[in-house]
Amino acid sequence: MVKYIIKRLLISLLILFGVSLILYVLVRLMPDTAFYEGLDLQATNVEQLVWQRKELYGLNDNSFWGIIKGYFGWLWNFVRGDFGESFQGTGAVSEMIFKDMGVSFIISFVSLILQLLIAIPLGIRCACNQYGKLDYAATVLTMIGISFPSFFFGNIMIKLFAVELGWFPAQGLEDATKMLTGFDKFLDQLHHLVLPLFVLVILSIGSLMRYTRTNTLEVLNADYIRTARAKGLSENKVVYKHVFRNTMIPLVTTLAGILPGLFGGSMITEEVFALPGIGQAAWKAFTKSDIPFIMTYNMFIAVLTVVGILLTDLMYALVDPRVKLGK
Amino acid sequence: MEEEKKISENELSEDVVETVVEENPEAEEDLHGENLGDRVKVLSPGRMVAKRFFRSKLSMVGLVTLLFLFLFSFIGPMFSPWTGDSNPKGQVVDENTTDMFVRVEEQVFSFETPDGVEVDGYIFIVNETSINTQADLSWKHWLGTDKDGYDIFTRLMLGGRISLTIGFVVVILETLLGVLLGGLAGYFGGWVDNLIMRIVDILSCIPTLPIMLILSAVLTEWADNGASWLNGMSKLYILMAILSVIGWTGTARLVRGQILSLREQEFMLAAKCSGLSTRRKLFKHLLPNVLPQLIVSMTLGLGSIILTEASLGYLGLGAPIGSATWGALINTVKLTGATWNFWVPSGICITLAILAFNFVGDGLRDAFDPKMKR
Repeated sequence: MVKYIIKRLLISLLILFGVSLILYVLVRLMPDTAFYEGLDLQATNVEQLVWQRKELYGLNDNSFWGIIKGYFGWLWNFVRGDFGESFQGTGAVSEMIFKDMGVSFIISFVSLILQLLIAIPLGIRCACNQYGKLDYAATVLTMIGISFPSFFFGNIMIKLFAVELGWFPAQGLEDATKMLTGFDKFLDQLHHLVLPLFVLVILSIGSLMRYTRTNTLEVLNADYIRTARAKGLSENKVVYKHVFRNTMIPLVTTLAGILPGLFGGSMITEEVFALPGIGQAAWKAFTKSDIPFIMTYNMFIAVLTVVGILLTDLMYALVDPRVKLGK
Repeated sequence: MEEEKKISENELSEDVVETVVEENPEAEEDLHGENLGDRVKVLSPGRMVAKRFFRSKLSMVGLVTLLFLFLFSFIGPMFSPWTGDSNPKGQVVDENTTDMFVRVEEQVFSFETPDGVEVDGYIFIVNETSINTQADLSWKHWLGTDKDGYDIFTRLMLGGRISLTIGFVVVILETLLGVLLGGLAGYFGGWVDNLIMRIVDILSCIPTLPIMLILSAVLTEWADNGASWLNGMSKLYILMAILSVIGWTGTARLVRGQILSLREQEFMLAAKCSGLSTRRKLFKHLLPNVLPQLIVSMTLGLGSIILTEASLGYLGLGAPIGSATWGALINTVKLTGATWNFWVPSGICITLAILAFNFVGDGLRDAFDPKMKR
């Protein structure tokens, strides 16, 4: 087991190395608009000033060896935990990411909890009455949910509930016109989060529900369920004690895989609702070609993905004693 | 136990075996023997799949929707009076309007006469341009016109052409790459497998949307610096080609996994014993067995690529602003004063297309599944 984990960790490092190399080369090709920020473009020495600024980051040498040198310089700093200063002049990248991560995490976490509370019971019910009315309705609805692009659904919700009906604020996390503190502030933020959460939950409930349904169907066909029924257990006891627990095995493992991803935020939803999360910050960084932020953000996402995959595999062995890791 | 087995066999036989109504009287004579084989018709696996697929309501709904969308975007523009090649957008502006467009600019004065009559003074602006911009829905413009006077309904149809074509091109590219590399990894194993699978791991850890944003910025920069081959739609096509370079990993995993398990089965041993060439074993015996899963993943992939194109369009990347793709059309929601007819129709088209591909893909998956009994 320990040997397996060490091997997996080493492979993960290799993957991250490859990802960072590809990312770095691509980011080096990005336009250098960030360096013109705050400069008088009419001045005669503007090119020289830009050159000086780029020299500071070692970005002038665009030959093969220049990029390789720049890459290892960046890698060394990254491994030491020095992510650099943002080109937008808003401080260290690590602080920016840490600051914005909270909002994104809270939103994703609350929506995940809501999803679980709705999707799992619904999925189990659907599987128990396979091809019933509820099953068909839920399947169609979840398919529609999966197919809706988040920006389209989000904009419809904004136009409907915020612009036309005025029930909820359209954008942002706080009402800037009011100076609220304490509990009132919390309520105000909650009010702002209703629409984004609704959109997130509705759109992602489908895949989780279908996953639960498929797993439950598989468990329902197992021999031990027939045994439980043959023993004369009530249907409730069969479903909620025997089926439910075994359905949880694959669910727990996928959830372990999702958890790291919660920190990454979602760029499009945060853009639609103008939420001050990490996705929104990344979008801003992309438009301003803030290279340190882009590199760190993408690496952050890649690390989260790798950790997610690793956790999924480990959880699998942990939850299901039949699975043996190794080689 | 015995009873149950019989029942399940009966259920199965509904699908596999179909009694044939005897038509020719000569055959009757043979029936005195136990020649039951003549009385039943065994469906080929392909026909069985087709039968199951066409029986499912959802997949039929999906198929009909797809058919409609394709006719809508490929045949539809031919009947539109606003189609034309007079400009890069391939559309004609509605200039024949005779409506005088009058707009209140500002209120200048307002007073009350001693008699109690209110007098207000306004400045009016009479729009002299004859281009019919932001027209309401009418028989002439089923979905009105946009800010430049283009008919939105026609733009929707033209946009469908590009969005749907892109979906197919990317999926075919992805599948070719995925089958080739996944097949190599699965068949040869060893260091080939290790190398290809590590590349797959790396590519699948790269976040797609951010990478597309970076690439879009890079391509725009190159186009600004005088790379004329990047102007217009070709930027979108290049972006989509890159998308398939990143996106083949899923297909490769699927093909490799299937081939790994198929390789160990008896029929492959038989193929080996008959001394077939590697190429023949791969293309005649292994790949046809992966085909069902491949078709399903291609169908589902089509939906997700249309979604990616739309997301890029929404963020204002990909297709040049103002061009007609569904993604670029939904981007108009960000314009000030955009009315619902600017963006809702394209959103509905995107959703319908993704939904239809999902329905069909799901239906195919169920139809191909040999364990399915319905």
